[in-house]
Amino acid sequence: MKALMQWVDARFPLGSVVREHITEYYAPKNFNFWYFFGSLAMLVLVLQIVTGILLAMNYKPDAELAFASVEYIMRDVWGGWFVRYMHSTGASMFFVVIYLHMFRALLYGSYRSPRELIWIIGMVIYMAMMVTAFLGYLLPWGQMSYWGAQVIVNLFETLPIIGGPLSEWIRGDYVISDITLNRFYALHYLVPFILAGLVFLHMVALHKTGSNNPDGIEIKKGPKGNRWSENAPKDGVPFHPYYTVKDLLGAIVFMTIFLAIVFFMPEMFGFFIEQPNFEPANPLKTPDHIAPVWYFTPYYAILRAIPSFAGTQVWGVLAMFISIALFFVLPWLDRSPVRSVRYKGPTTRLALGLFVITFLVLGWLGIQAPTTSLTIMSQFFTLLYMLFFLLFPCFSSAGQPLPMFAKGLLAISIVSVLATIVYWWFLWSGGPGFTHKISYTLLAILVLFLLGIKPLIKPELAKPVPERLTK
Amino acid sequence: MKYRFLFLVMAFLVPVSVPAAGGYDIELDHYDYSIKDRSSLQNGARLFVNYCLSCHSAHFMRYNRMAEDLGIPEQVVRDNMIFDDRKIADPMTITLNRNDGEAWFGIAPPDLTLIGKLRDPDWLYTFLRSFYRDDATVSGWNNSVFPNVAMPHAMWTMQGIQKPVYATSVDDAGYETRKITGFELVRKGDLTEEEFDHAMEDLTNFLYYMAEPNRADRIRWGVWTMFFLLGFGVLAWFLKREYWRDVH
Repeated sequence: MKALMQWVDARFPLGSVVREHITEYYAPKNFNFWYFFGSLAMLVLVLQIVTGILLAMNYKPDAELAFASVEYIMRDVWGGWFVRYMHSTGASMFFVVIYLHMFRALLYGSYRSPRELIWIIGMVIYMAMMVTAFLGYLLPWGQMSYWGAQVIVNLFETLPIIGGPLSEWIRGDYVISDITLNRFYALHYLVPFILAGLVFLHMVALHKTGSNNPDGIEIKKGPKGNRWSENAPKDGVPFHPYYTVKDLLGAIVFMTIFLAIVFFMPEMFGFFIEQPNFEPANPLKTPDHIAPVWYFTPYYAILRAIPSFAGTQVWGVLAMFISIALFFVLPWLDRSPVRSVRYKGPTTRLALGLFVITFLVLGWLGIQAPTTSLTIMSQFFTLLYMLFFLLFPCFSSAGQPLPMFAKGLLAISIVSVLATIVYWWFLWSGGPGFTHKISYTLLAILVLFLLGIKPLIKPELAKPVPERLTK
Repeated sequence: MKYRFLFLVMAFLVPVSVPAAGGYDIELDHYDYSIKDRSSLQNGARLFVNYCLSCHSAHFMRYNRMAEDLGIPEQVVRDNMIFDDRKIADPMTITLNRNDGEAWFGIAPPDLTLIGKLRDPDWLYTFLRSFYRDDATVSGWNNSVFPNVAMPHAMWTMQGIQKPVYATSVDDAGYETRKITGFELVRKGDLTEEEFDHAMEDLTNFLYYMAEPNRADRIRWGVWTMFFLLGFGVLAWFLKREYWRDVH
């Protein structure tokens, strides 16, 4: 055995790779609940790839056969129903896990220097996931598959000049058709492997800087020397076996929830598999109400919230892309001298809390059929979503002077709030009633004041950060 | 702190009640469906092949799968439930082609294999019992759950002929609206009302079963899996505790 290892190590750095990334990778010892989701995301990715390959062995990417082949998998393929439910549940659970993983980064400032690239690669992974999920959702060729894809591809149609040819190029046809299904299938098989490659880069970058932790303290800069090595950080424990056994426990708890869904409520009340998708795609019959799957609905709500202006609906599409793009620049918006929410002031906690509520409410709004009162609600929460990012430099400044770009963002925030209020009161014909307008107006001004103005008038200093990790 | 985490996880998982698409404001009758009640499923299967399976197909349902799941001997299925030269392992297809269907009904009768997933059981149960006589429609039949449905009442000999009872209400703007509140039997059928309701329960049960024949299997596997994961989880918890004992 030893001889074999020596033979391999002389030709491939197997031993040193295992040591560097697993047995001698020192992770902070105080990871909490939120730190399970990275390994869980990896678990779900593997499950998705394995179940996806099994499904591909029986699925037929043909507009005439696709729907029937899914039913064939569900009924006639041995264990097919299990594989298919694993895959459909996995798609949704992947997003649950990733949203919690991203929230962890927001809580503890894991996107902050020197981890900006880990965050950006992570965001690219998130976008690759959205593309994969969108492509995959067409494949069962049910009514919601078809019309959902129709709505999303039509987004590109709103772009000036290139819109028409671009959406035609994506579909390969004038409508969603067999041709579209074929190419979506090909790409749905391809993108996950790109995603896996991105995950590899995410890990390489992570192991270069080392993991962040709930205290936001660099353990590498702290005292050295632990039971395993003299040079390793004192507050680190080797990833294996400490975090492998801990993540194993996390994986079992997660799989219990995951499999409870697969076995007892695979459609998850229409959230994971939508009811209209049990009817084959029919290009001549539009469903009464088209809603994307839940993990897209916050962005869908933002898209619908923005009214058309100057004869085009492109603004909603732009707002939607901006709302995703804002995540990318987060590392440069956070100006706080500390990383973790534990040592930031209550305003940051308020902002984070509001952002979580905003994201959930927008998600709920994206499912509903639009009405006037729901539209003003989505406009308000879209504004809140944007303010969270635009005002981040202000409420995280902790008394430091604002740089030029932050002043600019503050100005944009004030203009956006004013423009929204003017739109509500003067430009929206047939708009909502007085009570709606006045309450959302006051709330918008309050949020602008609390997150943007108050931190500048009465700066909130960060709490002192301890030298060593706390429990 | 811990409760907040739990709340967040729950918030992602707890379903938000969404109004049923289509905007039906009809109140649906509830019944307790049971996919374990074999005699009910067998009766439902009998009604399905006799009354539905000439216009509606069940493309993804095989006769022998039904026989096996419902405990009907294959010979009984061959003799009493297959009316042409189909084999026992064939799916429940029909001879009516789509073009004829469209010409006769205005729309080809949809395949019913998945209707139990596409519609809720309560909807199906209420729909099947809500046909009434309406001279204004082409078929002479209408349905209060699915207004202007193209389908005539296939089981009227069993139920008899119903006439709607209306209630008129005037809204704030002074518009009168007429709403069906119930039915009145104008011609008796072969079954009493109670018998017909039972028959429709059986048929709905069968439709619900047919939409996912693996449902019972799935739940059984689920229970065992949960027990396994619980045991495995306890072991993993002890393992973790043992390893982390010396980390301070």
